[in-house]
Amino acid sequence: MDLARTEVADKAVDKAVDKAVDKAVDKAVGRAVDQARTTRAGSAARLGLMAVPVAFFGVFFAYPVAAIVERGLHVDGAWRFGRILDVLGQSDIRHVLWFTVWQALASTALTLLIALPGAYVFARFDFPGKQVLRAVVTVPFVLPTVVVGTAFLALLGQGGLLDELWGVRLDTTVWAILLAHVFFNYAVVVRTVGGLWAQLDPRQEEAARMLGASRLAAWRKVTLPALVPAVAAAALMVFLFTFTSFGVVQILGGPGFSTLEVEIYRQTAQILDLSTAAVLTVVQFAAVGLILGVHAWTVRRRESTLRLVDAAQTARRPRGAGQWALLGGVLATVVVLVLLPLGVLVQRSLDTPDGYGFAYFRALGDADGGTFLVPPIDAIWNSLEYALAATGIAVVIGGLAAAALTRRAGRLVRGFDALLMLPLGVSAVTVGFGFLITLDEPPLDLRATWILVPLAQALVGVPFVVRTMLPVLRAVDGRLREAAAVLGASPLRAWREVDLPMVRRALLIAAGFAFAVSLGEFGATVFIARPDNPTLPVAVARLLGRAGDLNYGQAMALSTVLMVVCAAALLLLERMRPARASTGEF
Amino acid sequence: MSKKTYVAVAMGLGLVTLSACGSSNDSGSGGDSKTVTLVSHDSWAVSKNVLADFEKKSGYQVKVLKDGDAGEAVNKAILSKGNPQGDVFFGVDNTLLSRALDNGIFASYKAEGLADVKSEYQLDSGKNRVTPVDTGDICVNYDKAYFEQHKLTPPASFADLAKPAYKDLLVTENAATSSPGLGFLLGSAASQGDDGWQGYWKKLKANGVKVVDGWDQAYNEEFSGSAGGKKAKGDRPLVVSYASSPPAEAIYSDPQPKTSPVGVATGTCFRQIEFAGLLDGAKNEKGGQALIDFLVSKEFQEDMPLNMFVDPVTKSATPPAEYTKYAVPVDDAETMSPRKIADNRDDWVKSWTSLVLK
Amino acid sequence: MALLELDDATVRFGGRAVLDDVDLAVAEHEIVCVLGPSGSGKSTLLRAVAGLQPLDGGRVSLDGRDQTGVPAHKRGVGLMFQDHQLFPQRDVGGNVAFGLRMHGASRDEQASRVRELLALVGLPGAEHRAVAALSGGEQQRVALARALAPRPRLLMLDEPLGQLDRSLRERLVVELRELFGDLGTTVLAVTHDQGEAFALADRVVVMRDGRIAQSGTPLEVWQDPADEFVARFLGFDNVVPASVTGESADTPWGKVPVPAGAPQGPGTILVRPAGVRLVPAADAQLTCTVAARTFRGTHVALHLQPADAPRLEAACALREAPEPGAEVGVAFDAAEIVVLEAGPAS
Repeated sequence: MDLARTEVADKAVDKAVDKAVDKAVDKAVGRAVDQARTTRAGSAARLGLMAVPVAFFGVFFAYPVAAIVERGLHVDGAWRFGRILDVLGQSDIRHVLWFTVWQALASTALTLLIALPGAYVFARFDFPGKQVLRAVVTVPFVLPTVVVGTAFLALLGQGGLLDELWGVRLDTTVWAILLAHVFFNYAVVVRTVGGLWAQLDPRQEEAARMLGASRLAAWRKVTLPALVPAVAAAALMVFLFTFTSFGVVQILGGPGFSTLEVEIYRQTAQILDLSTAAVLTVVQFAAVGLILGVHAWTVRRRESTLRLVDAAQTARRPRGAGQWALLGGVLATVVVLVLLPLGVLVQRSLDTPDGYGFAYFRALGDADGGTFLVPPIDAIWNSLEYALAATGIAVVIGGLAAAALTRRAGRLVRGFDALLMLPLGVSAVTVGFGFLITLDEPPLDLRATWILVPLAQALVGVPFVVRTMLPVLRAVDGRLREAAAVLGASPLRAWREVDLPMVRRALLIAAGFAFAVSLGEFGATVFIARPDNPTLPVAVARLLGRAGDLNYGQAMALSTVLMVVCAAALLLLERMRPARASTGEF
Repeated sequence: MSKKTYVAVAMGLGLVTLSACGSSNDSGSGGDSKTVTLVSHDSWAVSKNVLADFEKKSGYQVKVLKDGDAGEAVNKAILSKGNPQGDVFFGVDNTLLSRALDNGIFASYKAEGLADVKSEYQLDSGKNRVTPVDTGDICVNYDKAYFEQHKLTPPASFADLAKPAYKDLLVTENAATSSPGLGFLLGSAASQGDDGWQGYWKKLKANGVKVVDGWDQAYNEEFSGSAGGKKAKGDRPLVVSYASSPPAEAIYSDPQPKTSPVGVATGTCFRQIEFAGLLDGAKNEKGGQALIDFLVSKEFQEDMPLNMFVDPVTKSATPPAEYTKYAVPVDDAETMSPRKIADNRDDWVKSWTSLVLK
Repeated sequence: MALLELDDATVRFGGRAVLDDVDLAVAEHEIVCVLGPSGSGKSTLLRAVAGLQPLDGGRVSLDGRDQTGVPAHKRGVGLMFQDHQLFPQRDVGGNVAFGLRMHGASRDEQASRVRELLALVGLPGAEHRAVAALSGGEQQRVALARALAPRPRLLMLDEPLGQLDRSLRERLVVELRELFGDLGTTVLAVTHDQGEAFALADRVVVMRDGRIAQSGTPLEVWQDPADEFVARFLGFDNVVPASVTGESADTPWGKVPVPAGAPQGPGTILVRPAGVRLVPAADAQLTCTVAARTFRGTHVALHLQPADAPRLEAACALREAPEPGAEVGVAFDAAEIVVLEAGPAS
């Protein structure tokens, strides 16, 4: 996720506003004006705006998670905090903790190593098909893990491409996990770091060289320090995602490997050892909180003065053998790492017993009466419906939260900002089982309703919406709203007339991302979804869970459909992105 | 804060959210006496006309709520004890039965057609909290083509699997995460004895058994006899799967072969029995009872094999010809009492994990 | 009755009074310019009148009606922001019509009013131009048209010409004054540029640290600055402590004549540059060296350095200006000397 851009855009906007304000204006007064505006006029409204997202997260996240943790640790009327030490004292749990940490560290390091050259190439080079390629590398980010797992097995596993060519098999080794993690998170680094890199003024480096620095020294002294915070932010995000990895480890790691998230799932869904699960949930929650805290800290540190320029001006055609080789290397990496697994999926979806053809795709339209009550193709409509509902919820909740967070005010708001990311770090099974024991009384007996799926998906979508909208909303000059007010527009009207037209595009992009994420969301959906209305990823998993050629082929065909839908959505977003990187972070 | 307060807060918000998205479904287990809700696992399936027939005869609308895999569904039913999501739960098997019964999630009901159910399956006959509905066997499956090509006799028993002739041929599932994996472990324990199974697994390990996390991966990736496995170039001709896998493999092939490419090692089976029960606190008790009667009726029993690939439990039911054509009868599957399973499962799985996986 | 009245208006930011007990009245059709350095509270004054800034004390009345609790969009005043704040996503016509639309004017009404106003500000037919494509001066005109369109009872201008270059500013200020005169608009403007204020206003209000330091016609203020702060703010540097006795004062520059009737005793006096005359050494009250000279178009400003006293600024005709380094004699003209009231020291 391109967190760098948020702050970068913030910074640029702040500067522009500063410049616009009469230079002689006493800065202290300016700040005081801001503060006064924040504390008085708008505070009630902001509180109102905040109430809905807070209530949403309270009811659909905090309460269910707290309840399931309580069920585990609050036994017979007393809290059993002793369990924490008991559980952490078990050697197999310690083994899980250790593996969780080291694989996340290794994945992060490997992702940086492989993706940083990509970030540079995307930032500084201009080449045909760049836009398409940028969308393509982002596709993995929204693909369901079950699809990715299957694709990687087909590549690295039994009879996979590597096996065929060199007799190398990597499944059930940690390498498969690490490579899949790189596959998922390549885009995080490319977009976060590359987004900033593209906006760094190359003339700064040139200035350093004019002052006698060698090319390397200039890069080290000028560019590197400017990039470090973005790299740190990207690294932390990758660490967060891999630390909480579930599907990849489940599918590729084999029984020998287990992360915290996998263990929580096992303890909750299979063994029903709620107290162990509660301890692990608390541990994971604390770890994720810590990661987010460090992330927020690096982001704040990044608010140093950077000279940013229009990204479109810094990219140019590569020159010289070295640069062409770099570009070639990055393209080759993308092909091997991203396109190959995706390609294997497509190949298998077309590889029918009668040779290559669309038989599996056609079969998606038949109800076989066994695996589903409905033809698998219906899963596509279910997915679209759920994703639309989830997008609606995420946009409303995220939009309100972003509106409330627009004025930066103090630690409280910053805390709320981070709070929105927490659902990414809590096991879907914890939330799902939490729903089960909390949302069980009318009128909130939502356990059996379809709305739970979009709600759970929206929990994941909201952070994306907020992080896309926030920088844009912050970029809207508050005095434009005032200008509208003195011309007779009520606050609501002013928002509609001034803010909305300016953020419409960002809103679309946010909605698009929330949509893609909801579409591919698997973890929560698979626990919560009503199987008679499976979503695409759930249908894929279910088809894979059945014997027979046709089921397997249909699973591949559905995965291909899902991949194409995701890629199309992303390509559309890529087109909507304005040349200037002012629309938030993705 | 009390639950009431939470609910009150949630109410307002929930209404906002629901109205924002346009609620189109009736919510949950409404107290509507014309609707009966069946909670089950993901594998639940029934022919449309059979279900419609029941609805017409009984006057109840059946709502089905699939709630995850078998273990998850049972665990969810336990968590929502007293305020269940539906009226009837179907899909608790003998490996999970004690957990469900110990948690008291079922109310007693003696099904109308119970007399027709084979007595060996009536594990709760005294109290009738659960009614047997289907059985199935977890067995080692073999790739017929492989054994023909290599002129090798397929294994016939648990003991055979540890023989050098079958070195590096077997793939099984993690007993901690997969129900066939657990079934195979329990089967080995039943056949080799409480003290013998660990030694048996040591031998299996030495003989190159491969363990993967789930059935899907074992059957569709590693096993050389399935369509998926062939495509994935799976090289294990022996896999722990179900006795019903051969019919499934054949029926889902296009065109259907004369015989299934997959065979069953009938001496390596562990019998699973699935039960249904009336959930304690059911809102539509009468409807729930009617539904349980339906589950052991001839019509449903004969419909199951081709939908869920399981065998009937009633004496009168005859599976359809399409199923029996490919099915392999298993006569002497291993069994184990639910009580014994409940008492030992966690320990055994733990020892198995450190023995086989570490 | 005054159209706008402020009584003891007070705004505090974190304990600091940005507006401190300000009393101000603006009569109908009057053009009042608030003049003051940045941080003097003049922008806050406008925001308080517009309803964008709540008061901590006192009140704002429009047409005699207390505006406490009336939100900005219901006050019926116009405000032209210092950097215009045109809506970037709307074209020129859309910007000008905005206020009309908010007040529910019909489409035809909007169109004709927009046409009329654009003609008025000298941009006829610019309806469909994008605001981003406008020059600073054009944006300025559009902002003015937008503010005028809903016929506000009071038009407020915040640094109306602040960002324009000098020649444009000088031309526009004349145009504005004529325009407001023709329309009979009541105007409250703030600026830090005294030239702008004097050219535009019927009355000038000088603010300092949230308080009103002086109020009067441009001529009054120019001729008779109330205190040292106002004098210095108007650009006068020849301000020194003095002790007045009769018609002369003791200053660091020696004895200086003062007008008859000046307040007696210790105080501060201002010597306008025009009151510093270069004379032959024989008539000189003070001898100075020319430290620098600055060409001012119509005259030359001389910076004179006396032996043991603060520098003195003098104005002289182009032809008469001596070279830097020259020794000159200086005499003072009582008519160009003002004894200032004792204001707070600056």
